[in-house]
Amino acid sequence: MSATTSGSMSTLAGIFRHAVLLLTGALLLFPFLWMVSLSLKAPGEIFHTSFFWPAQFYGIENYGKALTEAPLLRYLFNGFVVCALILALQVVLCAPCAYALAKLRFLGRDLIFAVVLAGLIMPHQVLSLPLFIIGYKFDILNTYTALILPYAVSPFGIFLFRQFFKTIPDDVVHAARLDGLSELAIVWKVMMPMSLPAIIAFSIFSVVGHWNDLFWPLIAVRDQSLMPPPLGILAFKNEEAGSDYGPLMAASTLVMLPLIIAFLVGQRWFVEGLIQGAVKQ
Amino acid sequence: MASVSIQCISKDYGQTPVLRSVSLSIADGEFLTLLGPSGCGKSTLLRILAGLEVQDVGSISIGGRVVDGVRPKRRDIAMVFQSYALYPHMSVAANMALPLRMYRLSAFQRLPFLGRLLRGAAQITADIDMEVSRTANSLGIGHLLSRKPGQLSGGQRQRVAVGRAMVRHPAVFLLDEPLSNLDAKLRVQMRAEIKELHRRLGGTFVYVTHDQAEAMTLSDRVAVMLDGELLQVAPPQGIYSDPANRRVAEFIGSPKINMIDVVVRERGLIDVAGATLAIDSDIPTGTPLSLGIRPEALCLADHPGQGILTGSVRMVEHMGSDLFVHLDLAGADQPLIARLLAERASRIAPGQRLHLGVRADRVLLFTRDGQRLRREADLVCRCVTPLREVAG
Repeated sequence: MSATTSGSMSTLAGIFRHAVLLLTGALLLFPFLWMVSLSLKAPGEIFHTSFFWPAQFYGIENYGKALTEAPLLRYLFNGFVVCALILALQVVLCAPCAYALAKLRFLGRDLIFAVVLAGLIMPHQVLSLPLFIIGYKFDILNTYTALILPYAVSPFGIFLFRQFFKTIPDDVVHAARLDGLSELAIVWKVMMPMSLPAIIAFSIFSVVGHWNDLFWPLIAVRDQSLMPPPLGILAFKNEEAGSDYGPLMAASTLVMLPLIIAFLVGQRWFVEGLIQGAVKQ
Repeated sequence: MASVSIQCISKDYGQTPVLRSVSLSIADGEFLTLLGPSGCGKSTLLRILAGLEVQDVGSISIGGRVVDGVRPKRRDIAMVFQSYALYPHMSVAANMALPLRMYRLSAFQRLPFLGRLLRGAAQITADIDMEVSRTANSLGIGHLLSRKPGQLSGGQRQRVAVGRAMVRHPAVFLLDEPLSNLDAKLRVQMRAEIKELHRRLGGTFVYVTHDQAEAMTLSDRVAVMLDGELLQVAPPQGIYSDPANRRVAEFIGSPKINMIDVVVRERGLIDVAGATLAIDSDIPTGTPLSLGIRPEALCLADHPGQGILTGSVRMVEHMGSDLFVHLDLAGADQPLIARLLAERASRIAPGQRLHLGVRADRVLLFTRDGQRLRREADLVCRCVTPLREVAG
């Protein structure tokens, strides 16, 4: 009797859980679906009541327009270059800093870590004006360097790696020192391969953040050939599309596509990485 | 191979002293064990020896060369860690080859892909692979070379850790509780293997453990450490039968040595829990002493008498060949524990009255502040053979 009651209780709880999950999932998915749906509709249909499914399939025209009337591929290429270089620089610079903060003992270490934490709290937008002035003084505005350099050091990256490195036993570092590895070699040959989950998690945050960034590129570059995707779309909207939302949504969909594909491909490693980090090896 | 000399090493962590002026000489090819409870500073001393920590005061020499300030990799030592400290992302072969690659290949020769093309790199790499494979075979892990540490059992990981240390042929092996993560059966087996390894390699071994059985079975000499101090360095039997002071006596031996506070009644006689023991000593009358009796220094006696302790059995622990009898003595706050042969004492039950004789040559005398009184106590032994239990 009681077993049946608890069984039906857990079924009810399960239904409730799934209902909440489905609802929040739908809320998150809704704007994306709408975007995709708009990208397939004819101009006259966009503000009509038929919600998702287009009455007249206008996809080829919209996507064709998005690809031909704006240098969308160039924007995507810029996005790839900027995101890849930012991520590479961040990993190269953050990992040794994080190692020093996690595993070395030196005067002022805790103070430096406190400064890193302060950097974590501060929004990047606060730095825009000083960065703009520095960029102007060094004459790097309107170049890839202007898009990349301000993000080369990430307080979040240092913090994340430092927390992960702290979970790696000191004995492993000691063993590596005895095996003849230098401190930098320990970072690249021992700590980083052991921190794959942290690297993957950080890469996702970094790439998504910088792929979608609009604020700093808007300040740093004017030249259309340097614009990353969101800025490009903004320019596209102003100059070409006007109120022509179909091609605009098609362009947005194309811009989102690489991230979605990257996540789907990397999903397996991402989830595995999270599990590996959580379960004692 | 090399001797090791540790001179007046002190180390504090903030306000807490971890090592207090520890001095120790380890001979070339010797197997020395640092034995002590958790937190006594033995692992810190080992890490100072390895160069992984820096002492506040004192000096370390390895093979006659002062190595203070010398980096770990330049000290010609290898270390096996309690957690094994294997690199989980590398195969067993790569784990074992890493120290050799670091020492024998230049930075350019170690570069991935390109390095192999450089002059000499291929030959050195082939030599390293051969040595790794030979070492792995000698440890019985030759078939595991392509596996990752995560796919190995505890014992296999332990062997890989030993292999990684061995493959370099260091002058000194440092082993930090290498067996404590293994189950009891495997521990005994690996103990024998480490002993055999020492015999085969002939290197200087410094072994850290809190396990007396390991210290006793493996070592040429045991160094007992408590609270950052080195209390005694002696061969295993000496540590057990001739401890330097009360702390060593109480730390070594399981069950713990029986300590009974006594007073010298008159010259040559002491009162122990209602019995009188004769000692051949000129300790003045009225001197308070502590009497240390190992559990196996007690034996069954068939009737009361001088030097025979009598009490009631509180508990009996059967250990197979032996049994431990806990005996409540009149006037003693701690029960006396005796190790008796099971076949001779099988019918002892709680509540029973029992008479125990004391073996003269095994009794130790200490002052109340814990100093050993070296003068031999000649207590009269009244063991009877064949031994019979005494019905209470």
